[in-house]
Amino acid sequence: MPASVHSQDQDQSMMDATAAAPQEQEQQVEQEEVLEEKRITVLPGATETAASFQFEGEGHTLGNALRYAIMKNPQVEFCGYTIPHPSETKMNLRIQTYDTTNAVEALEKGLDSLMDLCDVVTDKFTASRDAFNASEADKMSS
Amino acid sequence: MAPLVPSQAELDRRRLVDINLETVSNIPSTDFPGHWPGESHEWNLEKFRNEFNVEFHRNERFESSFSLIGVDASIANAFRRIVMAEVPSVAIEFVFVHNNTSVIQDEVLAQRLGLIPLKGSVDGINWMRWFKKATEDDPEGSDPSDYNTIVLRLDIECTKNPNADPTENDPRKLYKNAHVYARDITFHPVGRQEQFFTGEDAIQPVNPDILIAKLRPGQKIDLEMHCIKGIGADHAKFSPVATASYRLLPDIQILRPILGEDAKKFAKCFPKGVIGLEPVTREEAAKQGSGYEGHEGETKAVVRDAFKDTVSRECLRHEEFQGKVKLGRVRDHFIFNIESTGQFDSDVLFLESVKVLKLKCARWKRGLADLMR
Repeated sequence: MPASVHSQDQDQSMMDATAAAPQEQEQQVEQEEVLEEKRITVLPGATETAASFQFEGEGHTLGNALRYAIMKNPQVEFCGYTIPHPSETKMNLRIQTYDTTNAVEALEKGLDSLMDLCDVVTDKFTASRDAFNASEADKMSS
Repeated sequence: MAPLVPSQAELDRRRLVDINLETVSNIPSTDFPGHWPGESHEWNLEKFRNEFNVEFHRNERFESSFSLIGVDASIANAFRRIVMAEVPSVAIEFVFVHNNTSVIQDEVLAQRLGLIPLKGSVDGINWMRWFKKATEDDPEGSDPSDYNTIVLRLDIECTKNPNADPTENDPRKLYKNAHVYARDITFHPVGRQEQFFTGEDAIQPVNPDILIAKLRPGQKIDLEMHCIKGIGADHAKFSPVATASYRLLPDIQILRPILGEDAKKFAKCFPKGVIGLEPVTREEAAKQGSGYEGHEGETKAVVRDAFKDTVSRECLRHEEFQGKVKLGRVRDHFIFNIESTGQFDSDVLFLESVKVLKLKCARWKRGLADLMR
């Protein structure tokens, strides 16, 4: 169940409105949950430029998006992902790079570009929605 | 090697997924470095910013439709999957049955209650935190508190209606509370919940008319429900959407003229409004090699609005249109449709999914840093 790992974590997206004065108990909870980070393991047989990473609690959602982002890097020779068994929530990501970089760097760069992409999507989506809402309001009033 | 610039025709070809009579071809995206000799295709944020576009088609509280243009399928699919399975929402998770003498068994009733979509102050729901269930590693779990649990109650008893007409057959008139509806659920705020969930913003079912159970005189339901925040991957009741889907923008190209009766038949192969019928103009008829020579004034088929097409491929089945039409879908134009269950506005849900993806990346990046340490 992909949720099990996920739902145990600290709030991921709806935590913007954190209470102004968190109580002591809450703070303690927060500290616990920060320690409980996502675990990546490097599978045996890795070299500097070629490695398989195992992501626990991930699936096609991040797997395919991350594969795309990493493949967009010209220093990467190969990138692919697999879910070895459907009843284990594990995702393996294979990265092979050219000599100019290493696998970990390529993975980090992929994550970075995915995050940049998310920012652009949010900006453009918000702008477009606001423009649309404004034009709809105009239509209503006129 | 000097960078090669592909021709516009080649770029247009790459942008389409071909839809043939029995097959679909040109499926995978090829915009990766190393795929086309001499072309870069390296990830470029500025280029993405310039080429990416969002177009809204409708934006209502419960349903919104918009196009994401200029994004890869893997990214669009990630957003769709996250909206359905990983954007958190609040639903009934624990049902404590004090009394249930109705014909519906406790567990069935609990399952029905869980599926009722709830609404309430969005600020309040955002303020709420996860409730950790007890697991093998952590037999304690978290204690129910105002910031992780919402308490609802349902206490209802069916009685005879003394004022009912003796010839009455309708149990709803014959008895009181013969039908138990979602509106009979009551909200009991605790602690700081009173600041958030007041008046209209109180936690309540989105649709008050959901039938929960049917009772007869003497039957009783008395239970307490605890709602927590969860995600759709755990249970569908936590999914904040009824549907979240996308389709690719259809593309229809008329390669050679379709005229007269054929044009009418052609238009009938598509949903209304996709194909228009127009007379051939003098200029077109005068132009050599256009295929319209000597057909001035005849009706011709033109593509009016491919957006409305369902891509049924009906037109490909007919002999007379063979080779005259080409169907496709635009690879990077995703027409999203998101239908909210009511807890959040449908457009906000998409923004949440983008946020979730970004947070996922950030968390894995920290995980990677730990690995390197």
